[in-house]
Amino acid sequence: MVYLTRKAEFAASHYYHNPEFSPEENRRIFGKCNNPNGHGHNYTLEVTVKGEVDPRSGFVVDLKHLKEVLNREVLDAMDHRFLNKEVPEFFSRIPTTENLAISIWQRLAPKLNTAHLHRVRVYETPDLFVDFYGEA
Amino acid sequence: MKAHLTRRYMFSASHRLHSDAMSEEENKVTYGKCNNPYGHGHNYALEVTVSGPVDESTGMVCNLTDLDAFVEREILERFHLQNLNVVPEFHEAVPTTENLSTSIYDILQRGFRYAHLEKVRIQETVMNSFEYAGGNEIRK
Repeated sequence: MVYLTRKAEFAASHYYHNPEFSPEENRRIFGKCNNPNGHGHNYTLEVTVKGEVDPRSGFVVDLKHLKEVLNREVLDAMDHRFLNKEVPEFFSRIPTTENLAISIWQRLAPKLNTAHLHRVRVYETPDLFVDFYGEA
Repeated sequence: MKAHLTRRYMFSASHRLHSDAMSEEENKVTYGKCNNPYGHGHNYALEVTVSGPVDESTGMVCNLTDLDAFVEREILERFHLQNLNVVPEFHEAVPTTENLSTSIYDILQRGFRYAHLEKVRIQETVMNSFEYAGGNEIRK
């Protein structure tokens, strides 16, 4: 089994707000992140796939294909976007780094034909990241 | 759904590697420059990984402010800008980064209640790092 990681970067804005919480609760739980005007991050995404090395190609995965899927499913949808207002899953789900990792997994998993998705890692900043392994 | 959250913290401290169980000569051979009686220091980078179900109402494994407050109070207050050799944890144990990793893991394991502790990772320099998960396998 060989693991291959592809990295990508995107910039996006977001804010944290749960309409079921009172304004005070929203401010207490989410702090500055509750500002409805939003704020932004330079996110770094690492997608790790795993598989056996194909003896003919020497590849675990065709990186060209992985890159196309990544660009189409994730970067086109999220790069330079306001996540709460422009990315459908975040109309109802709070765009935390946890939910971003889950959402990226859900976008990629059905589109990767040969490679098995192992891990999605999203860095919100260099000192904060989330790993999602597709666990329920 | 279960996610793993990792937060990175910086702290600086000095130490001297010296074991009372060894002779002067053996200490010199074992620890080399690190046995210098005056000590030396590092900028340590600590990574704390916690895991748990992502709370649907907050979108979080745990609130980062709770993790930051705990680490600030229980770990950074204790070790940042200190001489590790005089910190209670290292009255007997040698303040290697191995022992620092297990000490910090134990502090978190004992006191942090908001999410499951997965592991700690400490970079002593950019050239070396140490990971400890309380004897559990470390997930990559």
